Amino acid sequence: MDFSLGEDRQMLADSLRRFLADKVPFSVRKTAAFEGAGWSRDIWGQLAELGAIGALFDEGVGGFGGSPFDVAVVFGEIGRGLLTGPWLAALQAGQVLGAAGRTDDLAALIDGTAVITYAEEEADTWFDPAAITTRATAQGDRWVLDGAKTVVAYAGSADRLLVVARADAGLSTFLVERDAPGMTVRDYLLVDGGSAGDVTFAATPATLVGEPGHAGPVIEAARALGLVALAWEAVAVMDALRDQTLDYLRTRKQFGIPIGKFQALQHRMATMALEIEQARSAAINAADRYIGTRVERERAASAAKATIGKAGSLAAEEAIQMHGGIGMTWELAMSHYAKRLVMIGHELGDEDHHLARYIELGHELEQAEA
Amino acid sequence: MDLTFTPEEEAFRDEVRTFLSQKLPARLSDKIRKSQHLTKAEMEEWHAILNARGWLANHWPVEWGGTGWSVMQRFIFETETALVHAPRVLPFGVSMIGPVLLKYGSEAQKRRWLPRILDGSDWWCQGYSEPGAGSDLASLKTSAVRDGDHYVVNGQKTWTTLAQYANMMFCLVRTSTEGKRQEGISFLLIDMATPGIEVRPIKLLSGDHEVNEVFFTDVRVPVENLVGEENKGWTYAKYLLTYERTNIAGVGASMAAFGELKDIARTQRRNGRPLSEDPQFAARLARLEIELENMKTTNLRVLVAAGAVAAPTAESSMLKIRGTEIRQTIDDLMRRAAGTHARPWIPESFEGGWNGEPVGPEWAGPVSTHYFNDRKLSIFGGSNEVQREIITKAILEL
Repeated sequence: MDFSLGEDRQMLADSLRRFLADKVPFSVRKTAAFEGAGWSRDIWGQLAELGAIGALFDEGVGGFGGSPFDVAVVFGEIGRGLLTGPWLAALQAGQVLGAAGRTDDLAALIDGTAVITYAEEEADTWFDPAAITTRATAQGDRWVLDGAKTVVAYAGSADRLLVVARADAGLSTFLVERDAPGMTVRDYLLVDGGSAGDVTFAATPATLVGEPGHAGPVIEAARALGLVALAWEAVAVMDALRDQTLDYLRTRKQFGIPIGKFQALQHRMATMALEIEQARSAAINAADRYIGTRVERERAASAAKATIGKAGSLAAEEAIQMHGGIGMTWELAMSHYAKRLVMIGHELGDEDHHLARYIELGHELEQAEA
Repeated sequence: MDLTFTPEEEAFRDEVRTFLSQKLPARLSDKIRKSQHLTKAEMEEWHAILNARGWLANHWPVEWGGTGWSVMQRFIFETETALVHAPRVLPFGVSMIGPVLLKYGSEAQKRRWLPRILDGSDWWCQGYSEPGAGSDLASLKTSAVRDGDHYVVNGQKTWTTLAQYANMMFCLVRTSTEGKRQEGISFLLIDMATPGIEVRPIKLLSGDHEVNEVFFTDVRVPVENLVGEENKGWTYAKYLLTYERTNIAGVGASMAAFGELKDIARTQRRNGRPLSEDPQFAARLARLEIELENMKTTNLRVLVAAGAVAAPTAESSMLKIRGTEIRQTIDDLMRRAAGTHARPWIPESFEGGWNGEPVGPEWAGPVSTHYFNDRKLSIFGGSNEVQREIITKAILEL
């Protein structure tokens, strides 16, 4: 048994960490994440050169990584550096492209020349692909889309969108050019930095990716990998929050002594540290079980999301509370980590959603065993 | 990253399973499964079975009858035995006084006492807590005054687990009231048959008799029963508390109990459907299962990080806190699953050979008793608040 990431992954982590500390320190990030589209295409390109995008994909489809633990390393550093950009969307879109054998499109994503975002959620889907209503209609050998997607990552600044829509045959995936006719994008910033957009399609031309009606299992697996990514990002954010809070408890003095000497705060810190270790175990489990049966993979992914949802809101709320007034300020990095952590809870399904899903998958498991 | 056991560890696990299937008497595992009390003879019987295989004091050095197992092997053994409802190995001899003697005892003490732990000649109990010294153990007052070749012991110990069966006690006594409190404590081995010792039972809220008060009135203990040096006992006492904590989270036992809870949730019906499909209960069950799955990995991470040595103190504290919370939650859900049938109390049913008619499903009989008895888990072995103090100082460095 071995819980180390291994030398190669550690090297990747170290190089990403140095790069982000140098190029996007918090002093830059605290404004850049809330200006324009809230991310830097230039940084994206440089990170692509460092191999950060390629690490998310298998060699068989043109990447140079693709293990869930490679994904874990990249998203861990994204979390530590509070990096904005369409990372999660690229991960999911790229998985779909890879599964469909579209290696040219994937190559452009990996080398940073094309930013491809991922559009699945709709106003009423609430993380359930079965509720997707965006229509895909075949017109001869061409396809058009009609419908609307919401909170699509960096919709306004991506080059292309990987869209999940419903064809007669069932759920299918499509590529749509950013300047395609009949498409509107309404862009907005996000609470934790970066941006997203609402997208509408009206007879918008689209290119089919994969076979019509066969997208269900593909997008489910892509989402599971996205959950692995978010779990590792969240754990890195929690580690940062813990360390920042500990520093504060050691230096801030009230009643003549460092506030970390007060037992009321000590025990809360101990509980927070314990919850973070449990969350780390959940993230490890989710990555480990990704290469398992579907139910194993999905259950571990949902368990991890439920765990980081619970531990994440605890860590964020406790970190703010223990910092007191200063924890309420924009100037402090901690408050931005706290916002990121709570907002991760709203990506790809929240704690309650995944707890319910974990229960449902448990019933499936029992039926399969019976 | 590799979360799998090595082929050698797999083979070891198979060896343990084979041993358990051949040597664990169903008579004993049935009682454990039904939460019935084991007799003294039954507890000794299981020790003897393990000792015959050389696995009783598996973490001792080989030259003293141990096995040389890795921490992972020990974890596998502890998990596998718990999963089949084997009796637990009593810690007092094998895991408490044994390791202290191995590290701090004289050659003569090791030769005298260690073999007797293995062959069951001695049943040890732990004389630590006193009425005024619980979490604040260093405030203990039971005194030992040197008189020629003896110490004369006066005072009182409490919460002494299974002292009613013990013929020996390892005991913390005060030999000096000068300087720091911790520097006046000595570690004595006391024969329970010595005149002046009285053991009185304490009845627990669950009705169980597990713990006792032990009174000492002019009890004469030969000086050769002093372990290590006089006034250095605190060091030995702390060593004992940090040693052999691979199983402190009780993951195996919780896995076994959770398996039963799941079976119950599938069969027990509420509002016309299985409890496992009741939204509130299913959510409680799912949260618990996720926490347990996370705990398993946390436990393995701590073991791997600890390598060949015992798990470091502070991480053990995390395992102790969350491990006991998980076990208490399992008990809590068992009680909730029983509904109205959690209420009847039939003490005879906790003894072997009871053939009476249960009220409600058979499994419901002991759930409330178990629930109340296991409140002790977050209190003993260093309360969970004391564990948070250890985390605060050793991990968080506050």
